Amino acid sequence: MSPVLFWIFALVTLIFGAAVVINRNPVASALSLVVSFLGLAALFMSLNAYFIGIIQVLVYAGAVMVLFLFIIMLLDLRVEERRRINWLASAGGLALALILFGQIFSVVSHLEIAQQPFPPLPGSTTDDVRNIGVALFTNYNLPFQVVGVLVLVATIGVVLLSKREPR
Amino acid sequence: MITLGDYLLVSGILFAIGFAGVMLRRNLIIILMSLELMLNAANLSLVAFSRFRVGPDGLPNYNAQVFVFFIITVAAAEVAVGLAIIVALYRARQTTDIQNISSLKF
Repeated sequence: MSPVLFWIFALVTLIFGAAVVINRNPVASALSLVVSFLGLAALFMSLNAYFIGIIQVLVYAGAVMVLFLFIIMLLDLRVEERRRINWLASAGGLALALILFGQIFSVVSHLEIAQQPFPPLPGSTTDDVRNIGVALFTNYNLPFQVVGVLVLVATIGVVLLSKREPR
Repeated sequence: MITLGDYLLVSGILFAIGFAGVMLRRNLIIILMSLELMLNAANLSLVAFSRFRVGPDGLPNYNAQVFVFFIITVAAAEVAVGLAIIVALYRARQTTDIQNISSLKF
């Protein structure tokens, strides 16, 4: 993928990711997160991970964010009113995030393999759905079934948590 | 030429942004969204490594992409349950501000 396209999508992802954190309106935050996920899906496509890219759009941008927007509308969350910012606490939190990023940056810059470009793919990669499916149903069949049970438990839990108290 | 380090750097910045969101925001729903940002940063890192490790048959190592599939599924289930908890909390306290829900604070 050409470097220009990579940096465009990376900047879209990062800038809208920052917009999620900075916005005071929760609906604007949720919509910024949708755009960030779309940028991330483009980055997945650039890594020849077509299945994961499509699943990212379908599940994350399509289902999870719609759920977030439903809940924001249901709770009728207003724009956070401007309040006195606790500058000390904010500076502490920001310092923690910067320290974390500094550590990640120092690790990545000292990895030798991080300087290497991606190896070319002589094999065909357009059937990655088939390869992931084969791996999922043969090697990782047990985690697959367990995740199925997990999703069932989550569904039951959500229904139970949403019950109103009987009056 | 885009290297593996570029993808890891983008993943690291996205993770730090999500972490800053969890630390700095007071609205529970924004905190949950920042958590999703962190999970997605990890997904990007995994897919980048999956593409980097090309096996002898010329295909990327799909184990990491299967892992990302599981992470996406588990994150979706976690978001559903987390939002149900937030709705129940809102019904009880009429607020999503974490400073008003601090009765278990040490």
